[in-house]
Amino acid sequence: MADPIKQFELVHLVPLKIGGADFGFTNSALHMFIAVGVTAAFLLLTTTGRNLVPGRLQSMAELSYEFIAGTVRQAAGTEGMKFFPLVFSIFMFVLFGNLIGMIPGAFTVTSHIIVTAALALLVITTVIIYGIMKHGTHWFALFAPAGLPKAILPVIVVIEVISFLSRPISLSLRLFGNMTAGHIALKVFAGFAVAMVGAGAVGIAGATLPIFMITALTAFEFLVAVLQAYVFTILTCIYLNDALHPGHH
Amino acid sequence: MDPVAAKFLGAGLACLGMGLAAMGVGNIFGNFVAGALRNPSAAAGQFTNAIVGAALAEGLGIFALVVALVLLFVV
Repeated sequence: MADPIKQFELVHLVPLKIGGADFGFTNSALHMFIAVGVTAAFLLLTTTGRNLVPGRLQSMAELSYEFIAGTVRQAAGTEGMKFFPLVFSIFMFVLFGNLIGMIPGAFTVTSHIIVTAALALLVITTVIIYGIMKHGTHWFALFAPAGLPKAILPVIVVIEVISFLSRPISLSLRLFGNMTAGHIALKVFAGFAVAMVGAGAVGIAGATLPIFMITALTAFEFLVAVLQAYVFTILTCIYLNDALHPGHH
Repeated sequence: MDPVAAKFLGAGLACLGMGLAAMGVGNIFGNFVAGALRNPSAAAGQFTNAIVGAALAEGLGIFALVVALVLLFVV
């Protein structure tokens, strides 16, 4: 049976080495460019008309804007809207990265932990830098909730610091794990179908079962692709809320 | 024990954690639907909370899966 993790292999399209470091253009980089290009084209081309009554395509762009704007306002308040460009870019990149990965033969950008970890570190660095810039040392009150008895304060502070530091890890692993696991499951069932067909006439009849499963899993993977982009976005908003209002959690 | 066998056994044991995370996610959505059936008008406002809770519970299951994947393909 074919290796189910071969789909995640990085292939150098343009090899380039500068001083021992690898700057080659890989299939991952190509698909990131495609994701950004599709996002930009979708948003630019659908909103050039600027009709007062939007057509179908324009309302798709407006709906995605309103959806993320509503999420940011709900999770981080009106002040959070200054982070809207960051949040919307992350949402669109993750969404199109996930969806382009669903095209057969395409590479899933978000199935590599380095990509999701870079996004998560971007979010958490923004939270720390903006929190300290805006609130100074008061921001560290995030780790010591108000109204706690003195006796348990040291324990709670340690727990809060660990919980804060584990956020980028869980944020990146969740997206990476979901996309990787889904695509491995698809390829494992595809491997069953191929092995059954190889077994002859009885096998071809039997191969319909894993193909039904692949069809169902593909539909489920589209749901996961959209849902995980949304989950990444809403958690980003919740973490940004800590930078804006450190005392209110 | 044969090291390869131990590796596969460890990966299988790590996947038990995913079942436990599934119980957590099911608990969250089960309670959400139960609450939504009692008070459908309040359900829409709490859907985001349900998704966030499910994502946090699911994340722990994903950790177990990553341990299994690391055992299978990296170690």
